[in-house]
Amino acid sequence: MPERPSVPRHLLGIEGLTAGQITPFLDLAESYALLSRSRSAPREALRGRTVINLFFEDSTRTRTSFELAGKRLGADVINMTVATSSVNKGETLLDTASTLNAMRCDLLVVRHGQSGAPALLSQKVEASVVNAGDGTHEHPTQALLDALTIRRHFGRLEGLTIAICGDVGHSRVARSNIHLLTALGNSVRLVGPPTLLPAAMAELGNVTLYSDMDEALRGADVVMSLRLQKERMGAGLVPSSREYFRFFGLDRRRLALANPGALVMHPGPMNRGVEIASDVADSDQSVIAEQVEMGVAVRMAVLDRLSRARMPL
Amino acid sequence: MTITVFENVRLIDPASGRDGVGRLTVEDGRIAAIDSPETPEGACVIDGQGAVLCPGLVDMRVALGEPGFEYRESVKSGARAAVAGGITTMAVLPNTSPAIDNPALVHLLKVRGEETGMVSIHPYGALTRGCEGGDMAELGLLQDAGAVAFTDGTRAIADAKQMRNLLSYSRFLDALVVQHPEEPSLAKGACATASALAVRLGLPQVPAAAEAIMIARDLRLADMTGARLHFAHVSTAEGLDLIRSAKARGIKVTCDTAPPYFAMTEEDIGDFRTYAKFSPPLRSESDRAAVCAALADGTIDAVASDHAPADADDKRLPFAQARAGGTGLVTLLGVTLGAGLPLIEALRLVTCAPASLLRISAGTLAVGQDADLCLFDPEAIWEVRAGELPGRAQNTPFDGQKLKGRVLRTFRRGVEVFTAEGLA
Repeated sequence: MPERPSVPRHLLGIEGLTAGQITPFLDLAESYALLSRSRSAPREALRGRTVINLFFEDSTRTRTSFELAGKRLGADVINMTVATSSVNKGETLLDTASTLNAMRCDLLVVRHGQSGAPALLSQKVEASVVNAGDGTHEHPTQALLDALTIRRHFGRLEGLTIAICGDVGHSRVARSNIHLLTALGNSVRLVGPPTLLPAAMAELGNVTLYSDMDEALRGADVVMSLRLQKERMGAGLVPSSREYFRFFGLDRRRLALANPGALVMHPGPMNRGVEIASDVADSDQSVIAEQVEMGVAVRMAVLDRLSRARMPL
Repeated sequence: MTITVFENVRLIDPASGRDGVGRLTVEDGRIAAIDSPETPEGACVIDGQGAVLCPGLVDMRVALGEPGFEYRESVKSGARAAVAGGITTMAVLPNTSPAIDNPALVHLLKVRGEETGMVSIHPYGALTRGCEGGDMAELGLLQDAGAVAFTDGTRAIADAKQMRNLLSYSRFLDALVVQHPEEPSLAKGACATASALAVRLGLPQVPAAAEAIMIARDLRLADMTGARLHFAHVSTAEGLDLIRSAKARGIKVTCDTAPPYFAMTEEDIGDFRTYAKFSPPLRSESDRAAVCAALADGTIDAVASDHAPADADDKRLPFAQARAGGTGLVTLLGVTLGAGLPLIEALRLVTCAPASLLRISAGTLAVGQDADLCLFDPEAIWEVRAGELPGRAQNTPFDGQKLKGRVLRTFRRGVEVFTAEGLA
């Protein structure tokens, strides 16, 4: 019997996954991308399955993407947006888990402001848990959709140089991307002001830290821009958005330092004129809209594979 | 082409170590030759009669009242005082009104300096907006505009996390952060160092250790972040010991002190003399001696005047209510020469040493450099008299003292901007 790559029951993060575990998600997602374009997604794949989008943080984009993914595969999709003001979040979370068990949900998509919350839930629910972003920890489906977008453009996903720019320290997108891209044999450059880029991030693998944006972009194949939260100014980490743009904004001049045809990516929503110039975001090199499209395909693949993992084959 | 030749001068250039009789030729505002025997046709010859010709002094810590408090000292009046003290380059503090927390204000101060034709002004940028200790100022944009370093002036950054963030942020700019080393909760309301004298006078006191406490914390943060940290007007033995050992461990730390801390002690407060009120306050004799020792062993990197202009109404108040600080531009050279150091070492602390800390091109006698020069008689004695000092502010703590070392002439870019009384 040929050995099948094991499908994890949950998708809580990218850290620890091997290339052999990551690639099947991308392969399946690629076929779903084509089927979605031809309006012929397999409606029967998740028929009778229940997907609950459990969002403790507002996120229209990610929630909609998961909702669409579930519906294209024929699942019953329920959205639950939970107020985050409760003081005893730990208690509430476990109470929620027992409620969900009683509802017999199959797939649970969780977005939470606290790192580790989906992992805690996964220990208490019978459903497969998909982490849709937890605190500053991981956002695995974002990394998968970024990877798929890159692979479609380069025809490969190894030996590339990817610069991840901006508020890396607070970014779950950056962390998941670092794990995924380095696991597949790419080199990752992280760039931002030292207040947003903890020195210990250098220990996450084949990663190099920069505080000079020009240097970090020189010769890069992919430039990922990250959203700068307004809170960073109030927290004394960055003085102003105009200074941030002066030193870390992705503009035409800087992009020209990257390799010709380098891809420009952003997980959205963008702050135009803060981390990225409008003309760069709207340029031919920008694949930001394609990232959103691949997001649905990747989430279809994730829901599909996790649901199959739970069924006896 | 304007040519000036200085002859019969003792040329002292601490940057190169040169100290000896020689000649110096200035052409069009720049040093054109050293020891050239020729006197070009039409050159103006200045016979130094054996006086010292050294680089114009660089004062790395000066408070001016502009903008906002011009009645204390304007850029123009401050420049007059500076050149009378042989100073041609000043780094000015940002805690003005408004504070120097905007690139346009950095530009303004530089231009105001140029307009005097006497001095070069290098502004410090604010570390926090308004120098109020809150949000981070735009350090990068301020540096782009020409800010040479960052500080909140006489206010310490109290919050450890904020200091960590500021140091961390400054690192990508390779900017120098200057701290007023005094733990602010201990110093709040105080106007004298805790001691028997302060107890007898009944003045609110701050322990001398308030300095070491702040220095110890910030050295740890500098080590953690790899930032360049500078402590201003260090004045205690304990604080200096911490800096000395941190330097030995390779931490990127530097410091300066000011004349009151090696030429005066708390005894000078005498009978509630408000002209002897400083921030930090004057210390004990043992601390003063430790400052002298640290000047001699290199722990202290530079001497700055810490010029803090006040008008009479600021000082004619009960001691605790009077404004802290004294003028220091005119007396910087004389008091520093009296610190017991070899002449060339004393000059190094007020010329190339502060210039290199701030990475500004000044304070040396190299061919091609701006001819910013100070001609002084190291043996001449003069008396400091409050009320008769050049500049507006007259709050000198050295009133009535006789200082050895008199500035005869000061030149900026080859132009004579100060001539002592009695000289042609």
